[in-house]
Amino acid sequence: MSAFSAIGEDREIDSEEYTPGIEPQATWCPGCGDFSVLKALKQAMPEVGRTPEEVLTVTGIGCSSKLNSYFDSYGFHSIHGRSLPIARAAKLANPDLEVIAAGGDGDGYGIGGNHFMHTARENHDMTYIVFNNEIFGLTKGQTSPTSPKGHKSKTQPHGSAKSPIRPLSLALTSGASYIARTAAVNPNQAKEILTEAIEHDGFAHVDFLTQCPTWNKDAKQYVPYTDVQDSEDYDFDITDRREAGEMMHEVEDKLYEGEILTGRFYVEEDRPSYTEEKQAIGEMPEEPLAEKYFDEDAEWDRSYDLLERHT
Amino acid sequence: MTDTELIWRIAGGSGDGIASTSQNFAKALMRAGLNIFTHRHYPSRIRGGHTYVEVRAKDEEVTSRGDGYNFLLSLGDSFARNPAEDAYYGNEERKPLAENLDELRDGGVIVYDTGLFDEDEVAELNLEERAEENNWHVYPVNLREIAREHGRDVMRNTAGVGITAALLGMDVSYFEELITQNMSGDIQEDNLNVLADAYEQAQEFEFTHDLEVPTGENEQELALMNGSQSIAYGAIDEGCRFIAGYPMTPWTEVFTIMSQHMGKFGGVSEQVEDEIAAAAMALGASHAGVKAMSGSSGGGFALMSEPLGLAEMTETPIVLLEAMRAGPSTGMPTKPEQGDLEHVLYTSQGDSARVVFAPAGVKEAYEQTRTAFEIAYDYQIPAIVVYDQKIEGELRSVPVDFFDRETNPDLGKVLSEAEIKEAAHHESGAFQRFDPDAEDGVSPRTVPGQKGGRHLTSGNETNDYGHIDEDPDNRVAHMSRRLEKLDTIREDLDEGETNQAYRGPEDARYGIVTWGSQQGTVFEAVDRLNDEGHSVKAIGVSDLMPYPEAEMTEFLESVEEAIVVEMNASGQFKGLTQKELGRFGDKLSSLLKYNGNPFEPAEIVDGFEASIDEETDIPGNSTTFVPAAGD
Ligand SMILES: Cc1ncc(C[n+]2csc(CCOP(=O)(O)OP(=O)(O)O)c2C)c(N)n1
Ligand code: SF4
Repeated sequence: MSAFSAIGEDREIDSEEYTPGIEPQATWCPGCGDFSVLKALKQAMPEVGRTPEEVLTVTGIGCSSKLNSYFDSYGFHSIHGRSLPIARAAKLANPDLEVIAAGGDGDGYGIGGNHFMHTARENHDMTYIVFNNEIFGLTKGQTSPTSPKGHKSKTQPHGSAKSPIRPLSLALTSGASYIARTAAVNPNQAKEILTEAIEHDGFAHVDFLTQCPTWNKDAKQYVPYTDVQDSEDYDFDITDRREAGEMMHEVEDKLYEGEILTGRFYVEEDRPSYTEEKQAIGEMPEEPLAEKYFDEDAEWDRSYDLLERHT
Repeated sequence: MTDTELIWRIAGGSGDGIASTSQNFAKALMRAGLNIFTHRHYPSRIRGGHTYVEVRAKDEEVTSRGDGYNFLLSLGDSFARNPAEDAYYGNEERKPLAENLDELRDGGVIVYDTGLFDEDEVAELNLEERAEENNWHVYPVNLREIAREHGRDVMRNTAGVGITAALLGMDVSYFEELITQNMSGDIQEDNLNVLADAYEQAQEFEFTHDLEVPTGENEQELALMNGSQSIAYGAIDEGCRFIAGYPMTPWTEVFTIMSQHMGKFGGVSEQVEDEIAAAAMALGASHAGVKAMSGSSGGGFALMSEPLGLAEMTETPIVLLEAMRAGPSTGMPTKPEQGDLEHVLYTSQGDSARVVFAPAGVKEAYEQTRTAFEIAYDYQIPAIVVYDQKIEGELRSVPVDFFDRETNPDLGKVLSEAEIKEAAHHESGAFQRFDPDAEDGVSPRTVPGQKGGRHLTSGNETNDYGHIDEDPDNRVAHMSRRLEKLDTIREDLDEGETNQAYRGPEDARYGIVTWGSQQGTVFEAVDRLNDEGHSVKAIGVSDLMPYPEAEMTEFLESVEEAIVVEMNASGQFKGLTQKELGRFGDKLSSLLKYNGNPFEPAEIVDGFEASIDEETDIPGNSTTFVPAAGD
């Protein structure tokens, strides 16, 4: 018997398996966009075909990072901004795991911005969902890196002098190999995009537009939105980095002008994942490292041979 | 003092090959049957600047640098002579000879490279006069010329080694062998020629000294290792196969060694964007079922404070290394200090619990790194190995057999899938990750991908299942359980072979307390003090946290007075002792040094004498003696 027999289990999966049997305390506000992400993710899982026990969700801190309190897989609710390094190390330790990292825009683009850039660059085979509500929710409504310029909050009473971050472009320049944006008001697209993102072999970044009715009163519900793949107005090659880049600029400019564009913006299929790159240069074992610790017959080399250089 | 030992100092410009030459020299002496200890001094810059390495060789075990030295090989600083960079290095050009004379012992031998010193400079030093006063024996040799004749200028070191061998009556074949092993082609041949020529030329000198290489014999095969190598090999032997880090002196050395070997040993090494990521990654890998480690030095460790707390709260085992250097802030990057003790003990929020080890030297570094992993995984708690640049860089000869250990891939209380099935409450989705009544406070864990064990882990306070919970009773139950682990660990360490070390007669009247890297030096000082008729014993503490209550109480109760010797300005271990034991304030004084250099035995001898005798002067300007509170 494999030490990780949950991995690779082949059977029909029901979304409801992902609902915790243990009643978690519901702490999201009524009308919060985070519910939509949870729902879309649960609906994506049967499509992806992975059981709760082969999935590890890693979140940071924030309202959105409570995702894994309501999504029953192996879960790690960690610290503010640090979901990505934990997630990618788990992936290196056991590449067979389905790793999904998630958190808010403050968590991912603010405090964790450096990790975002580097995780995308390495192209780990994982999914990163950023709940973009343009506000700090959990700490009660401060300006976030995606809040529009001029946004007033208790900590920015005169209106923010900063331009918002451009997450899609940032993901592209950093090296993510799948980049999409979807919105809470668009459940079908959300489910499809999350399915694709999880199935993608590389770093998939999904900027998920959510609303925070509690702190972002003028928060857009992101309607009306346009799905770029469905619209005849937009025609670009999602596998072409330059075209995708231009499209992203348009999307990011328009968001703050009230025109919401969603869809897939970049997909690079043939780029090897970080695990594959590392295995190719002999920096990673072929078998999942974690398996070895559960294998009584595993051969462990001792440092003893290294001593020859010292005698 | 008659010379039963050789302390050979090679001095020159940083980048002149001082380190590699001294390593070879040390290895040759080790192969000749002697025990070795090296000490290196280097400035915080990449090239140029004055540097030296001392190699101490003795028939008996050596644990310390010793006071002064008895042979100087002064190469001259080629970087100081670089005309293009005159302005920058110009003021340091005489240092290899001038800077080193003060510590040369009476009767010592000097070999200097006349090829790189002009006569005027030497005249300015009053070398002849000083040599006469101190009974030094000076041999000016044109090393550069010998090197140039058979190869290239840089082979001055080899020429110097050849001269040394002849002057000390050493068997030159050890050096020939090392050159043959380490070099090839023309370089090898040229070096062999330089060595032979230098050796022959020196035979013609008129020997006025009587210093010789001590004779030694070792039945066991020895390995010459530094603390970083020892820590890295300890981690590998203990089954560590994941390391993530970001470079920072002096931790970089361990990181480099691990990175070079991880692939070969089937593990993974990652150089990442910062230290927060590094520690978080060690955590992520450990959570997923791998033995993992990270580390840094002062500033980088500060960044690890949050992931460290997360490891405590989520009860994820990790090992962190903290290679201290003089602080605050970036402080003195290449200088050792023991100033991060409190940083290591208390960093991170809340009532946090972690285990801390402070190895005393190369051997201890290997053992305690292994123990750190064992404790971390057995108790699901972070363990920190704190050391400093002294241990990092010093080479010691250690019997090869000492390192021959079995790999230990045991992850502690991680359930197999069969075990998960057997436990009634371990139903899928209802796995009780944190049992408030768990034996020893340690609740068995599962790893992502295992069937039946799925659970949530959180940095927030959680209930038995890992879900966020702020219920007061729940909080108290789990907080107490986490803190209680330290008591169990304390018992566990006490029962096992303790890492504390003792020296001197048990019934001694006075005590010296030290921790970490200063132990060897303190022990040498204790031997000398007892030889001189004092009654003194020492304890070297390596199991720092949980604080060794029983051992320290017994030690301190048994002496009239004790001095705590440590390399920092505020007496951090003394403070810890008083905090933990709540007494002995009037018995404990401090001997501190924080000028960037480790203690030398004589400073401890002087410090001890000043502490018991008010008439004696407080030791030299580099140490500070702080009397007990009652004085
Ligand atoms: C190191 C650190 N700094 C600050 C905080 C406080 N904090 C918690 S969540 C948060 C921001 C939440 O905003 P976002 O990430 O956008 O998530 P949301 O709550 O909107 O889903 C902050 C600043 C923290 N927990 N840790
Ligand atoms: S504060 Fe905003 S983001 Fe947080 S739960 Fe409430 S609505 Fe959602």
